[in-house]
Amino acid sequence: KTPRVRKMLGFSVFRGTNLLRARGLLSAVGVRAIHGHEVAKGEDLSVPMYCDRKDSPLPDIPYVQKLNTEQEALKEKEKGSWKNLTNEEKIALYRIAFHQSYADMCKSNSEWKTVMGGTFIFIGFTGLIVWWQTAHVYPPKPHTFNEEWKEKQAKRMLDMQMNPIEGFASKWDYEKNEWKK
Amino acid sequence: MSSVIAKPAMRGLLAKRLRFHLAVAFTLSIACAGAFKVAVGDSRKKAYADFYKKYDAMKSFEAMRDAGIFESVKPRK
Repeated sequence: KTPRVRKMLGFSVFRGTNLLRARGLLSAVGVRAIHGHEVAKGEDLSVPMYCDRKDSPLPDIPYVQKLNTEQEALKEKEKGSWKNLTNEEKIALYRIAFHQSYADMCKSNSEWKTVMGGTFIFIGFTGLIVWWQTAHVYPPKPHTFNEEWKEKQAKRMLDMQMNPIEGFASKWDYEKNEWKK
Repeated sequence: MSSVIAKPAMRGLLAKRLRFHLAVAFTLSIACAGAFKVAVGDSRKKAYADFYKKYDAMKSFEAMRDAGIFESVKPRK
């Protein structure tokens, strides 16, 4: 008997656990932990989060949550009169509370070049695929696309005076029997 | 201490923007409609009028007949 190969991670995870724990183990964090890679801490979306948004100026929490001793001392000094703070200290306090200033947020970057470049690369690749299709996939064109047939077809359209006011036959000079200049 | 700056506008920002953009929108729409009327509508009416001034239906029919496109009438020799 051939051994059953367990390809689905889900089976070994679900066996003997309840579903909520399994969901955590099945997440990307869980998979990486099982495979022994370094795990990035997943976001806990149930507590207030910090975010830089141009339309919402004051985030729910300060940016730096765990202050080092230097920052702790600065926070103590902040409790006193602010006139005693130097400009560098004020900036340091700002950077504790905020990650990006409005100037940082609004700064333009070169991302558009990457986007445009990638887009054009893929469009170019698609062009190659389309060319290959026309060369190797499409059936032969119908006989009605031959030059001779198309000439006869155009002659018939002119004989019928199709769209004589603004369309096809309007471009033909019936007196001189040629296309209008 | 830096000098005190003027208090920025706190209210009526949307109204101010709308006043400007509404005027622009109306002007542009009317201009587009006018341009379309002249360039497309009037020129088309003129083309039709000019065509039918000189149009002879019977002559046109005989030309088509002689070209041999009809099945009910054969070309005159």
